[in-house]
Amino acid sequence: MSSTALIITLLALSVIGYHLGRKRAFSFGERSGGVRFLHSRPVYYGLLTALWCAVPALLIFTIWQVFETSIISNIIVSDLPEQIRTLPESRLNLVINDIKNLVSGNIVSGDIKPEIRQAAEHYKNLQSISNGALSVIIITLAVASIFLIWRKINPTLRARNHVEKIFTVFLIACSTFAIFTTIGIVLSVLFEAIRFFKVVPVTEFIFGLDWSPQMAIRADQVGSSGAFGAIPVFTGTLMISGIAMIVAVPLGLMSAIYLSEYANKGFRAVAKPLLEILAGIPTVVYGFFAALTIAPFIRDIGVSMGLDVSSESALAAGLVMGIMIIPFVSSLSDDVINAVPQAMRDGAYALGATPSETIKQVVVPAALPGIVGGVLLAVSRAIGETMIVVMAAGLAANLTANPLQAVTTVTVQIVTLLVGDQEFDSPKTLAAFALGLLLFIVTLILNIIALYVVRKYREQYE
Amino acid sequence: MNKEASDAVRPIDIITKKLHKRYKAEKRFKFYGILAIFLSLSFLLLLFVSIIGNGYSAFLQTYVQLEINFDPAVIDTGNLASVNFPGLVKQTLREKFPQAKSRKEKKQLYSLVSSGSSFQLQRMVEDNPSLIGKTEKIWVPADDDVDMLFKGYIARDVPESDRRLTDFQLQLLDTWEQEGKIKKQFNTTFFTAGDSREPELAGIMGAMSGSLLTLALTLALSFPIGVAAAVYLEEFAPRNRWIDIVEVNINNLAAVPSIVFGLLGLAVFINFFNLPRSTPVVGGLVLTIMTLPVIIIASRASLQSVPPSIREAALGVGASKMQMVFHHVIPLAMPGMLTGTIIGMARALGETAPLLMIGMVAFIVDIPSSFTDPATALPVQIFLWADSPERAFVERTSAAIIVLLAFLIVMNSLAVILRNRFERRW
Repeated sequence: MSSTALIITLLALSVIGYHLGRKRAFSFGERSGGVRFLHSRPVYYGLLTALWCAVPALLIFTIWQVFETSIISNIIVSDLPEQIRTLPESRLNLVINDIKNLVSGNIVSGDIKPEIRQAAEHYKNLQSISNGALSVIIITLAVASIFLIWRKINPTLRARNHVEKIFTVFLIACSTFAIFTTIGIVLSVLFEAIRFFKVVPVTEFIFGLDWSPQMAIRADQVGSSGAFGAIPVFTGTLMISGIAMIVAVPLGLMSAIYLSEYANKGFRAVAKPLLEILAGIPTVVYGFFAALTIAPFIRDIGVSMGLDVSSESALAAGLVMGIMIIPFVSSLSDDVINAVPQAMRDGAYALGATPSETIKQVVVPAALPGIVGGVLLAVSRAIGETMIVVMAAGLAANLTANPLQAVTTVTVQIVTLLVGDQEFDSPKTLAAFALGLLLFIVTLILNIIALYVVRKYREQYE
Repeated sequence: MNKEASDAVRPIDIITKKLHKRYKAEKRFKFYGILAIFLSLSFLLLLFVSIIGNGYSAFLQTYVQLEINFDPAVIDTGNLASVNFPGLVKQTLREKFPQAKSRKEKKQLYSLVSSGSSFQLQRMVEDNPSLIGKTEKIWVPADDDVDMLFKGYIARDVPESDRRLTDFQLQLLDTWEQEGKIKKQFNTTFFTAGDSREPELAGIMGAMSGSLLTLALTLALSFPIGVAAAVYLEEFAPRNRWIDIVEVNINNLAAVPSIVFGLLGLAVFINFFNLPRSTPVVGGLVLTIMTLPVIIIASRASLQSVPPSIREAALGVGASKMQMVFHHVIPLAMPGMLTGTIIGMARALGETAPLLMIGMVAFIVDIPSSFTDPATALPVQIFLWADSPERAFVERTSAAIIVLLAFLIVMNSLAVILRNRFERRW
């Protein structure tokens, strides 16, 4: 039975269970003179039966699915002839892949040896046995639990409390997702990064001036040995984010000030959503826009002024990233500016200040912590932004301060190192995880500071 | 009488003079504000103009008319797969233009018509075997260079060596055009085909169904989990250190760069759980993790806006806490939760970077039909096409962006409508 059919059967069974449980509750109710003599409403008896039918079976199903492939693979490997079993791990994996491809009817590399074909047959056999066993176990379990709960139903069964307990467990489980995700992120990048730092010392990675991660895969290959000094990558990231902030902070802040202090209601109602469209446009669109329109435009201007402008200049990527970040800065600043109490403005007006003086000397200083928090969040976004720089910035790691040259960023390097074929024990691939770890840590620190500052500020005026 | 006093500057003059300056500064400041908004909005306009200007022409495609003789001698009905349909097209072209004599000229002639035309003929014969033996006038797609020429992207007046089409090809095309055998019509291929190396045969259907499958999984997982987490944190959770940690984590995850989620997906789902690469399953899981914080934060805000009186009333008539939440609070908070979910889905639809990490960037021609088929997604398709050197892919990339933006606009309008219609202010 395919897994979809199995799930559908299981759902159908639990619906049946629901009806059986409810009906039994009703029949008890009738016998004792009305449903009000039951402990819970009949719905809860039905739900209890349905939940007991579906939940354990689904759990077994999930666990089975997770471990099925690896267990079958292990059985297959242990049955392979001696000379294949003792192959190095990478070769063995290729053989297992061949077997799996043969099973699913895909194209297999090279010609098929009889023992491989035999193993594939064996694999298919095991798979169908496993499938059959799973179906039998799950359906038996589901039916048995329906029967057991159905037997247990009586007017004193505290069905509602049971159901609510199950629900509470589910709610708690869902709320821990964030913890598990964070742990997952940290562990997944940390382990690979540690493996990387065993090959390349941390100091070389953080202080090295030369980044060229291409390295020879085989010992006899001609190629560079790979250099993993990340300084050029960091400076590139900083330069592009810096350009983005130079664009976004003045534009975003001035827009926010105008919208919250000067604009009338009608203008605000039109301009604010329009500005927020900028935040809703996918970054891949900005990347294409940067590469297609802005970069050639900047190059043409540069050439007409006699400058040497790269077609993947940091300026183009930074400019477009800045445009993307404008709405973040403006909506966050808008919030904090609006939170400044009107009494402070009135006080300034009463002393004879013009609106602009009030804003510059009273409102903005009062809102400054919040604005700084918003800008920090925007910086963390700029550092982590990927698609714009992948499409519009360069790949080569230049250590330069000239914004007209091509530079590369952390995210570009992660993408180029990990997209395409890769092996998981080369420092080249692991370097991506080291960069990812760094990116995560830096954005995490920025976010924590920003969130703390913003929260603190909000409390101040509440 | 007192000379010194009349010469002394009166305070009022200083103030007037300064006032003038201050009013000027005021005007300048106001102008900067308007300028900032104007600049931001003009960037938005420039973006839309540049994308639409580049992309609208991709919705039309140049077709040429061929008079194909479905020669029974060539077409063997027993084995259609082995019939030389490309040869049939070439023969038709040779008969049409006998002036192409040399090998080079013939090659140039053949390249005017898309290589997909032979598949079109094959499909026609498969669907309608009675065609065999007849001569039919058939519109087949032109090659992308021809398409670009008729859309005005290839200049005719540059030297031959700088042009994708030779003088000989231009001459043939002019004859064809005079006979009225070249036309532009709506490009259905773009909406029904999967990816292709040939721009005239490439479409977004594969990417769209990939996106649809991925988003379906994302929605199915992130909505229930997100709502459940929000309900627990808002209604049931005790105020303690543990819950504080959970909340800080959620807020942080909302601001973690999306590429980091891609790394997580690569390390956990693909390397650890051995899920198949490039598939909507992994894409959906990664996007679920990415959108969950958005949904949780929106749902919590929505739950907070339900007034306590509702809760007290429900508890007052004897509802249990769970009944109060599920029967009264959640239904009232639902519009806000749905709005947050739609916005989260719109973000997930436009997300590219994490999908690159889990290998959804492969060149995939087939249209995916299940969660474990290799697939791309719409934004990834845009990324892939943006890298292609052919001029015709520029307009197709822009057209795909137009489609993507259209989807996003629909989703966001839906969210706004939902908010305006159903959200109650207490």
